[in-house]
Amino acid sequence: MKKEVILLDHGSGGKLSNDLVSALMLPVFDNTILSRLGDSATLDVGGTRLAFSTDSYVVDPIFFPGGNIGDLAVNGTVNDIAMSGATPLYLSVGLIIEEGFSVSDLETIVQSMGRAARTAGVSIVTGDTKVVNRGAADKIFINTSGIGLIPEGIHIEGGNARPGDRIILSGTMGDHGITILNQREGLSFDAPVQSDSAPLNHMVARMLAASRNIHVLRDPTRGGVGTILNEVALQSNVGIRIVESGLPVNSSVAGLCELLGLDPLYVANEGKLIAVVASEDAERVLSVVREDPFGLDACIIGEVVSAHPGRVVLETIIGGERIIDMPTGEKLPRIC
Amino acid sequence: MKHNIEYRSGDISRNLLHRIADVCKKEIRIMEVCGTHTVSLFRHGIRTVLPETVCLVSGPGCPVCVTAQGDIDACIALARIPNTIVATFGDLVRVPGTNSSLLKEKAGGSDVRLVYSTLDALDIARANPEKQVVFPGVGFETTAPTIAASILAAKDSGISNYSVYAVHKRVPPALDALMAFEGVRIDGFLLPGHVSAVIGTNAYASFFEKYNMPCVIAGFEPADILLGLLRLAEMIQSGMPALENAYTRVVALNGNPRAEAIMNRVFENGDAIWRGLGPILGSGLLIRREFADYDAAVRFGIRAFDSPSPGGCACGDILIGKLTPPECPLFKTICTPVDPVGPCMVSSEGSCAAYYQYGA
Repeated sequence: MKKEVILLDHGSGGKLSNDLVSALMLPVFDNTILSRLGDSATLDVGGTRLAFSTDSYVVDPIFFPGGNIGDLAVNGTVNDIAMSGATPLYLSVGLIIEEGFSVSDLETIVQSMGRAARTAGVSIVTGDTKVVNRGAADKIFINTSGIGLIPEGIHIEGGNARPGDRIILSGTMGDHGITILNQREGLSFDAPVQSDSAPLNHMVARMLAASRNIHVLRDPTRGGVGTILNEVALQSNVGIRIVESGLPVNSSVAGLCELLGLDPLYVANEGKLIAVVASEDAERVLSVVREDPFGLDACIIGEVVSAHPGRVVLETIIGGERIIDMPTGEKLPRIC
Repeated sequence: MKHNIEYRSGDISRNLLHRIADVCKKEIRIMEVCGTHTVSLFRHGIRTVLPETVCLVSGPGCPVCVTAQGDIDACIALARIPNTIVATFGDLVRVPGTNSSLLKEKAGGSDVRLVYSTLDALDIARANPEKQVVFPGVGFETTAPTIAASILAAKDSGISNYSVYAVHKRVPPALDALMAFEGVRIDGFLLPGHVSAVIGTNAYASFFEKYNMPCVIAGFEPADILLGLLRLAEMIQSGMPALENAYTRVVALNGNPRAEAIMNRVFENGDAIWRGLGPILGSGLLIRREFADYDAAVRFGIRAFDSPSPGGCACGDILIGKLTPPECPLFKTICTPVDPVGPCMVSSEGSCAAYYQYGA
């Protein structure tokens, strides 16, 4: 932590973000719940296990094909809770609004937050609104926190992947990140892409009903599938092998990634999950995921191996290999 | 995406690989000149499936990497001038100067903006008439025409607050300079595809005649690269060198005359200092006096700093193929993409970054 000022890279979800958390936050906030570093904290409250999570949304632009900052903020926290196997129940909403922001835009955002909450089956039960001087924030920032109930017998976390497990991805990669990038100033390719922002808690509930052998659930948001697989490989101390020819990517997203020099493996998703499932249950879980409206393109993208612990290796289309490393720099700031 | 499916075909690639293995009985050393080739070789795992007899060394074909330390420091100095916006391609922002980088200057309050096109930089100039907009022109013949076009467009539309800090470089003179270095052993060159799309196959004719060295221009998909490597292997093994174009769907004999004309309208050949290779006569593209108003070096009186290359960094030897990145003592120890010592570790086309990211 010798850097003098905060760089955008410190918020990227990559190596510098991890450094910031482990060097600055963990020693100060020191507790065993935080140090697990899951998408949500797991709390034991009087014998009941709760999942508790928070996330802030600063996406630019605030309206984009497939959603807006409001439903993104609801779906994001719902999904973070669902990835622990919990049933999300209650959300809080904190709004930071720039002076001069359009009331009708705010109304649109709040309406879509309400719709997203109803779709996910959660209630927004507390909140806060602050308005800051023009220029002190960019239009609107939203924080959401939420809690959910973890059913008995469910123990899902990043460290549970075992050699032999199969890796399921619930659909195409990179739709959200590419949509946001495409909307940015000066980059308006006329491409049919839209954000995949969606709640995944109903999908997770069906998966858990179908199998007791789901070891890991993660939503590959910022940093994309490549980053999340690296985290799972490190936390579980296992190797992961994925096959390039089986990776689902929409053709428009693939084309824009080619043009912009991006790898869809590292581009953000907002309505996808990765499930690490015991091999004997993998096909059953996959078929349940495919029955969900947000899981139509789900497929098995690879497996957990005992070789190369902590590393993710991709088998390329021509049969070669390449290591999928943790990304180092901020590819796309303010993507969520 | 249909445009490149055939060139990524597993069957075609495996067939080419078998043929390369059949041809390559003794060890050959091929330099892939272009950074995009280096990245593509890793991205498609080509190195992991080539026969052991094929040794690939990376060349000086990453424009950010060959930019002299003094020019990086000059760009950082430009970002510190009040009321100045530096509009740049993303590759440059993390490149370490002697004491800073454009990214750190941005965090410190300088106005540094990432653009995907020089025309975006012009738009920024148009929208901020009270400020100066400087574009760091780092690149080879591939990007030089677009930067020349931005200067012509600025002149035509009367945008007077736009200028370019031009450190463009030409590839053929660098190949010539490379051959003079001691300890450089290369049996054939995989020549860049994009640069050649502008300058054409003929641009390498005098280099080929001088050294009689196998030279093949190749594209960037797996089958393109493997075809280029196969032709090089055949020439080396048979002792019958040639200058060939294996990227005919993009590269013409005379390149792209229109792009070259725009480039030559704005730039003239001059000397340039390359990181790793030092000064090379006639290897630079300098802004002609006629367009001096758009030359940031003239406008702000900022020339390349007299900065030494960072100590211990082997970027120089890596850029001429004498060393591979893992042979640099700083590689992965002191020098990482998060805290890079040299530009080869941070540019997306840099060979150190490619070796680091893809775990070689």
